[in-house]
Amino acid sequence: MPSKYQFDAAYEGRFVRILQMVRIDPVLLLGLLLLVLAGLGILYSAGDQSEVLMQKQVVRLSIAFLVMLVVAQIPPNQLYLWTPWVFAVGLVLLLMVLFAGEVGKGAQRWLKIGVRFQPSEMMKLATPLMLAWYLSERPFPPGFRSLLTSAVLVIVPTVMIAMQPDLGTSLLVAAAGFFVVFFAGIRWRVLIGTGLAMLAFIPVLWRLMHDYQRQRVLTLLDPESDPLGAGYHIIQSKIAIGSGGIYGKGWLNGTQSQLDFLPERSTDFIFAVFAEEFGMMGAAVLLALYAFIIVRGLYIAAQAKDNFSRLLAGSLSMTFFVYLFVNVGMVSGILPVVGVPLPLISYGGTSLVTLMAGFGMLMSINSDRRLLSK
Amino acid sequence: MPRAFVTDHSEVSRTFKARAIFAGVFILLLLSALLARLAWLQIVEYAYFADLSTENRVRLMALPPNRGLIFDRNGVVLAENRPTFHLELIPEQVEDLDATIFGLSEIVMIREEDIEQFYTSLRTHRPFENISLRTRLTDEEVALLAVNRHRFPGVDIVARLSRHYPQGISTVHTIGYVGRISEKDLTRIDASNYRGTSHIGKTGLERYYEEELHGTVGQQEVEVNAEGRVLRVIDKVPPVPGKNLVLNIDMELQLLAEEMLGEFSGAVIVLDAKTGGVLAFVSKPGYDPNLFVHGISVKDYKALREGDEKPLFNRALYGQYPPGSTLKPFISLGGLESSSIGLYETIKCWGHYLLPGDKTRRKYRDWKKEGHGTVDFYDAISQSCDVYYYELAHRMGIDRIHDFLDKFGFGRKTGIDLLGERSGLLPSRDWKKRVHSKVWYPGETLIAGIGQGYMLATPLQLAVATSALANKGKMVQPRLLREMRDADGTVYDLLPQKTSQIKLKVPQRWGHVDKGMRDVLRGEWGTARATGWGLKVEMAGKTGTAQVFGIAQDEEYDAETIARKLRDHALFIAFAPIKDPELAIAIIAENGEHGSAMAPIAREIAHRYLLEEAPEEKEDAK
Repeated sequence: MPSKYQFDAAYEGRFVRILQMVRIDPVLLLGLLLLVLAGLGILYSAGDQSEVLMQKQVVRLSIAFLVMLVVAQIPPNQLYLWTPWVFAVGLVLLLMVLFAGEVGKGAQRWLKIGVRFQPSEMMKLATPLMLAWYLSERPFPPGFRSLLTSAVLVIVPTVMIAMQPDLGTSLLVAAAGFFVVFFAGIRWRVLIGTGLAMLAFIPVLWRLMHDYQRQRVLTLLDPESDPLGAGYHIIQSKIAIGSGGIYGKGWLNGTQSQLDFLPERSTDFIFAVFAEEFGMMGAAVLLALYAFIIVRGLYIAAQAKDNFSRLLAGSLSMTFFVYLFVNVGMVSGILPVVGVPLPLISYGGTSLVTLMAGFGMLMSINSDRRLLSK
Repeated sequence: MPRAFVTDHSEVSRTFKARAIFAGVFILLLLSALLARLAWLQIVEYAYFADLSTENRVRLMALPPNRGLIFDRNGVVLAENRPTFHLELIPEQVEDLDATIFGLSEIVMIREEDIEQFYTSLRTHRPFENISLRTRLTDEEVALLAVNRHRFPGVDIVARLSRHYPQGISTVHTIGYVGRISEKDLTRIDASNYRGTSHIGKTGLERYYEEELHGTVGQQEVEVNAEGRVLRVIDKVPPVPGKNLVLNIDMELQLLAEEMLGEFSGAVIVLDAKTGGVLAFVSKPGYDPNLFVHGISVKDYKALREGDEKPLFNRALYGQYPPGSTLKPFISLGGLESSSIGLYETIKCWGHYLLPGDKTRRKYRDWKKEGHGTVDFYDAISQSCDVYYYELAHRMGIDRIHDFLDKFGFGRKTGIDLLGERSGLLPSRDWKKRVHSKVWYPGETLIAGIGQGYMLATPLQLAVATSALANKGKMVQPRLLREMRDADGTVYDLLPQKTSQIKLKVPQRWGHVDKGMRDVLRGEWGTARATGWGLKVEMAGKTGTAQVFGIAQDEEYDAETIARKLRDHALFIAFAPIKDPELAIAIIAENGEHGSAMAPIAREIAHRYLLEEAPEEKEDAK
């Protein structure tokens, strides 16, 4: 008779095989599930233990995982064929937003065609897809013309999104495009040269920014200058994180979060709730979980069978990291408040679906590699 | 030239792997930077942020103490904290503010100013905080609102304690009143002990015993959320309520004295002769102190301040009157003590007196034109013979008069437990030189001998001096406060009263004065013999009349033709019973003309206090 342990092992083995049949990477799935569970736990605390909120988020997560499962079934070469169309449709929708979008919170981000959605979210995937599509068939390393075309492909959607204005998303779209170029083998000296040139461009950028964006930057530099207005978020967030200490105040016991001192605590500032209630230890574990997922993504990229898959997988993983870094950096007061949610944890639907669709692509790329290797 | 389309796939793959590793390392570096940031906030700066977090959520709230109550000696409430009802709205619970206010205005009176005030404070308050719409609702309005309350969610009838003086006008000159704390008040109090308190003692005992009545503020630490809403109490130090004051005042006597003074403006002081306790402290007219508690209107205040009767003026404490003939018993005693006159020596009174050696031959007139004839020591007091005292004063001289009267506290504050007491005026040669830079004329001595001229005394001083006569020289600092106690009955020690003893060379002389003063009421020619007829206790008294203005030497004095305001002040002092005096009384009625007219007041007070008997008037009414 098999021991309990043997039974479990057999059971697990079968479970993994089933997953692989539906093109799901068990390792990545495990990381995502752990992260999502931690996210639901902290959302319960941040959202005043509202069951309605929890139900909504669980529904969204279910939909997002379903999207991931569906996207995972699309083989990379099929994605490759669709890419130019997806990108073109995305651009058209962006244009429509600029002219006919719905206004919310002082920005024009939403488009209503049957359902309300943000085309900018779509560009987070469409842009790296497009660049990977373009650069995968270019000579290596990419030459000047390739780079120039790439730059146009990145800058057009980035600027259009920045005009809505949605600084956070345009930043993520630009990052997604950049990482494709980076993995495509852009020469270091070109990369560094461009970087320096962009630094020189900052004063011009300053001129182009909206007042509220400038204000955000200024507030970051000196949050105490406007403690009740723009600086309030950062100050309260720092108080929440700092007062959490090493071990935290305990789940549901964060005074900053539970007593409403921390604004937007179930969305952009949810990391502060986590750091207040679980302390430095909890935050370190959370960051480690993120690192695990990102490294797994890079591993999948490195193992990918063709150039397109590789570039796409690398870019998606790195964009996920940028997401994390910008959010935690802004909540802890070292980056400007640009409105980037904490990926897979912040309350809200749109970015969740986009992110999981991205992970679906990663899974698909991973499965393709596996099929080939057999 | 088109470039050859040659791609080395292994090189591409190698480059990619190298960059992926580079990216991985880059990620780990940046994650470390985030961790370093967290460590900075959560470990290095932990104490700082923990403090800020506590400051955010913990707020101190003052718990104001309840003010001590004031009672008379028999437990009659003189100052209490009465709930007043206020109409308040909690904006976040009201659906339609305008409609609600309109609906309420159909039930109770709400003025335009009230509504304006409401919307002004709406802007500065949080939505869950009560905002006042109407203050001090009448009982009827409270009832109407209570019935209609279900129609108005978010509307509250709130009870707050505010000071009330049930005896109002009768006690205002002793109890005083409280009013809103002013900038000036803040300079004399510890503001931290007044957190949450809006009122403070302004005058009278409310002011004098402010510290004892106020108590000690308590506080509670509460947890609040970002809106400031109180969620729970973390820690609480309850306030210590103010102490209750029990006064020596006997409200029954006080009201009796006030009533008997009738239409006159004036003062009545009744002292417990043994303890110096103030049994009655009347100053008429009074005013309603309750007007001042919530802020008196400018119009009302002007009426009080500029009224003919000067109701704001505390006559018993600030009023300085010539004591007139009430001074005579003291002068008589001084005469015996200074051997200026003998007990059995008689003086002839022809209705006027000529100062020996006065070339102008000015006539110092007696109040009785035809004169008193032969007058001895007792007759002089009982008949109030002016000529006798002109002669006596002449013999004593102003300095001996001054020194002797000084022992009875004339010209000095009595030290009663009220602020602002006046010291009166006891003239002397030195005083005139110092203040007026003039020499003392012998004629002025004669005038001083009958309690006129420069001499001034407050009703309180007269009462204290009378109690010294009654007590054979024992002077006790007068005091309104009898007892100070907690709500739970703990009694507190009071500061000891100052006492002193006037020593006579021959102690029997106290008795001689007593006899003279007894004859004022009992004697055949006693000035108050009319009152003596109904007298049921042994009482010593002395009438007095104080001139409001000087009458020329030969001018006829006709009360009928003189405006009421220019008529003489009437005074009367008394103590009873003579053997073992319990009461000392001083009465002044402005423009009362004859001291004898005030004697019945003293008689009724003595009867009421000593015999516990109803006053004559009430018996007559049956």
